[in-house]
Amino acid sequence: MEQEKLVNYITILGDNSMILGQRLGELCGHGPELETDIALTNISLDLFGQVRNYFQYAAEVEGKGRTEDDFAMLRLEHEYKNSLLVEQPNTDFAFVIVRQFFYDVFQRLLMKSLINSKNDQLAAIAKKSIKEVEYHFDFSSTWMKRLGDGTGESHERVQHAVNELWRFAMDLFKETETEKWAAEMGLGPDLNELKSEYLKVVKEICDEATIELPQEEVFQYGGKEGRHSEYLGYILTDFQYMQRAYPNMKW
Amino acid sequence: MKKEWPIWEIFIRSKNGLEHRHVGSLHAADAEMAIQNARDVYTRRQEGVSVWVVESKHITASNPEKSGELFEPAKDKVYRHPTFYNLPDEVKHM
Repeated sequence: MEQEKLVNYITILGDNSMILGQRLGELCGHGPELETDIALTNISLDLFGQVRNYFQYAAEVEGKGRTEDDFAMLRLEHEYKNSLLVEQPNTDFAFVIVRQFFYDVFQRLLMKSLINSKNDQLAAIAKKSIKEVEYHFDFSSTWMKRLGDGTGESHERVQHAVNELWRFAMDLFKETETEKWAAEMGLGPDLNELKSEYLKVVKEICDEATIELPQEEVFQYGGKEGRHSEYLGYILTDFQYMQRAYPNMKW
Repeated sequence: MKKEWPIWEIFIRSKNGLEHRHVGSLHAADAEMAIQNARDVYTRRQEGVSVWVVESKHITASNPEKSGELFEPAKDKVYRHPTFYNLPDEVKHM
């Protein structure tokens, strides 16, 4: 029982990074500039590196002979526990940056807290990831300011992306039973506490970027319980194609 | 209406105590972005511990047509090379 909850918790942590990593991977070769293309795929690779740590650990805790690849490739759509934010599409560069920024602020606070997890393995993964995550945060927050406080058009596009994505960002903080349990056990943070810090940081950077957060509190939830937007299915179709078409293939 | 970002020259120091070396160039809109881009393009494999960036337009180059008068007079002045010393093995990076 405890074991199942822990596997669930690790899955939530891993899935967010994996689906965002896959979204960024779609941009490989399509970035707006060569240098930005490399930067975004670097971030994608960082995220997949973290995901491997999580799923190797999940497979070990579960102890049913599944591997990290089974966790990554062979689950059904409703078994993925990522939040709605990270599955949103690469509509334009502003969406890519805003989505990244909303996630980076969250992940940075999450890792800072997980360093003190009572679970040694989760603490070790957080410690290993934190420098990468700090850089992602640097990258996306400077882009927020550069675009938000840039030209008329860049400002408008970022503001539009913020208006569209904010309603999904709060899904990161919608506490599931699993996360509540993890907080009680001292494995992970209390998401409500994390949220007040999150709002402070996001607001600070948005102010500097001359971007306003939407006033209406209309949010969409459910990703971490497996209720996804229309997009996840398409992501998985791509992502799982090789394993579904050629089961157990290796390279 | 694509406006190209300016080009920046990138210098990386691979270890403490060594000098920064020119490694290449890249596009960036400002200095901060140039540093981030340099980090992503040129230090993915732990190539560096420090990065300098300078916009290419700030570099003044010597005129290739003047290379005769600039460099050739040094050709026959071998005594300017410190080849008459024996370097002890402990001296590195010379």
